[in-house]
Amino acid sequence: MSLLSVSGLTTEFRTDAGWRAAVRDVDLEVGANETLAIVGESGSGKSVTALSILRLLPEAGARIAGGSCLFEGRDLAHLDETAMQAIRGARIGMVFQEPMTALNPTMTIGNQIGEVLVRHRGMPRAEARAETLRLLERVRLPSPARRIDDYPHQFSGGMRQRVVIAMAIACRPALLLADEPTTALDVTIQAQILRLLKELQRENGMGMIFITHNLGVVAQIADRVAVMYAGRIVESAPVDEIFARPLHPYTRGLLQAMPRHDRMQDLEPIPGAVPSIRETIVGCAFAPRCPLRIARCVEAPPLDAVGENHAVRCWVAAEKVPA
Amino acid sequence: MLRYVAKRLLFTLPILFVVATCVFQLARVVPGDPALVILGDQANAEALQALRQRMGLDRSLMAQYLSFLWDTVRGDLGLSLSSNRTVWSEISAVLPFTIELTIAATFVGVVLGVPVGVLAALRRNRVADYVTRLLSLAGLSFPAFVSGILLLLAFAVQLRWFPVVSRIVINDPLTRLHNLVLPSINLGLIMAAYVTRVTRSSMLGVLTEDYMRTARAKGLSRRRIVWSHGLRNALIPIVTVVGLYFGTMIGNSVLTEIVFNRPGVGKLILGALQSRDYTLLQGLMIVFAFFVVMVNLCTDLVYGLIDPRVKAR
Repeated sequence: MSLLSVSGLTTEFRTDAGWRAAVRDVDLEVGANETLAIVGESGSGKSVTALSILRLLPEAGARIAGGSCLFEGRDLAHLDETAMQAIRGARIGMVFQEPMTALNPTMTIGNQIGEVLVRHRGMPRAEARAETLRLLERVRLPSPARRIDDYPHQFSGGMRQRVVIAMAIACRPALLLADEPTTALDVTIQAQILRLLKELQRENGMGMIFITHNLGVVAQIADRVAVMYAGRIVESAPVDEIFARPLHPYTRGLLQAMPRHDRMQDLEPIPGAVPSIRETIVGCAFAPRCPLRIARCVEAPPLDAVGENHAVRCWVAAEKVPA
Repeated sequence: MLRYVAKRLLFTLPILFVVATCVFQLARVVPGDPALVILGDQANAEALQALRQRMGLDRSLMAQYLSFLWDTVRGDLGLSLSSNRTVWSEISAVLPFTIELTIAATFVGVVLGVPVGVLAALRRNRVADYVTRLLSLAGLSFPAFVSGILLLLAFAVQLRWFPVVSRIVINDPLTRLHNLVLPSINLGLIMAAYVTRVTRSSMLGVLTEDYMRTARAKGLSRRRIVWSHGLRNALIPIVTVVGLYFGTMIGNSVLTEIVFNRPGVGKLILGALQSRDYTLLQGLMIVFAFFVVMVNLCTDLVYGLIDPRVKAR
């Protein structure tokens, strides 16, 4: 039984051309202790997927048009706002991409973490402060007792991300959504933050959805991978399988475009760009950029199972593999 | 902190100097002979000459200027030309009424303007937003004497809740407050219109900030997100407008003071203008300038309280 089970999730945005889907018919499963990485270029719908699960999209311009997100026996897609508030920060934590702007500049970090504890665990202020100190120690913020009353601008990006993480795990959530948590950081800091997230996951038995465009990070942290393109999952597989036997031409393209120490020269960028949300997609969304394109690609391919836990949305790739 | 305040106070000196110089020059540029104004058309030449001499108007402009500066530095604003009392005693007799009115009006402006502005931002492009925007536009374009008369007609003449003519009873704070209600609402409504607009636009900017999404991701209640995380970050432009408006309101209070028949600096200015009372005008402007500079200083100090990044700079 998985912790979170997303099925058929479709999220639409209001554009000048009417409501357009940014996420289409997405299925995801995450278990306790498991890390699912969602990979894709900017605009592929991976962040929108995470924000849809926590229902954090702007109310006026976005809506969940279909599907369900079963979490701890409840469908998050259809809960009312009050019930969602009780889940956010308590059962599901979220870490954001930009630590420089994710914290409130006019509040001390201690108060920003403490208010989660006061809100969800009903702690008195003094107790919340003691717990905040313990959390800051846990995320390895140097000299927390001296810095608990400092403001975000007094910290570096890596330190702020530790504060954001402390906030997200304060109530020991069952699920952590990490939206490109290391993208804005230096490479050395990236590695530290990834290790920290791994440790915290093991300690609390958290399930984790880790969103990134960096396949190097995926290799370090993920158990399973879902590759997204133009709002759809185009391939999903265990992490070893994705690297050993990528099937979708887009996944292959991403791997080709990934710098590796043993082949720095022949990086191959994928030509073209992700279609914009305004474009009407007929057939396979990747076809215009695809080297393997065939006549049948004008029909939309289904997500076909091609092995144990491995599925791919491509006419050509699914054909080649003996079912 | 203390060093910062001292530094800022030091910076106000050149400002006050420039103001004093301008005030002195302006008063001399205005046509008309003050001696003639005081003594009237029928005065004979000798009496006029004697008065000019007594007032120092026969000396060179430079000499007048230097003695004016020296007196101002010592806090001596001179004698009023029209009443023969000291300028300071003229001003200090009515200044408390104007300050009381200004503070009450600012209170009305903030208490009304900020919540309405926040609600307009939250209901952006919905009915409540349009209604507030329309009302605040009306508030901005309504002259104070018209709204004052309407308020008097409704609440003093028809409903009889408030007096038509404000009696000033110094030793009865309740009556004094009662008398203050209508004038401060009249003056405060215009300010509320400004504050509403600034609050709305500032809040709209804040609502899309990343940390607001973080606050939602923490599961905080809507109320806490908006009023505790949002408003504090939206405050800087609001405080700026409140400070600016507060500073100018001493002068703007004139119409309200006349309509409600309150004593105050506004009426004093009008009297000084009509009787060409140069010294009183000079004194009033210097007191104004001092007031505006002080309010600005307070505004800057409040910035530091709201946003810790301001202090760091």
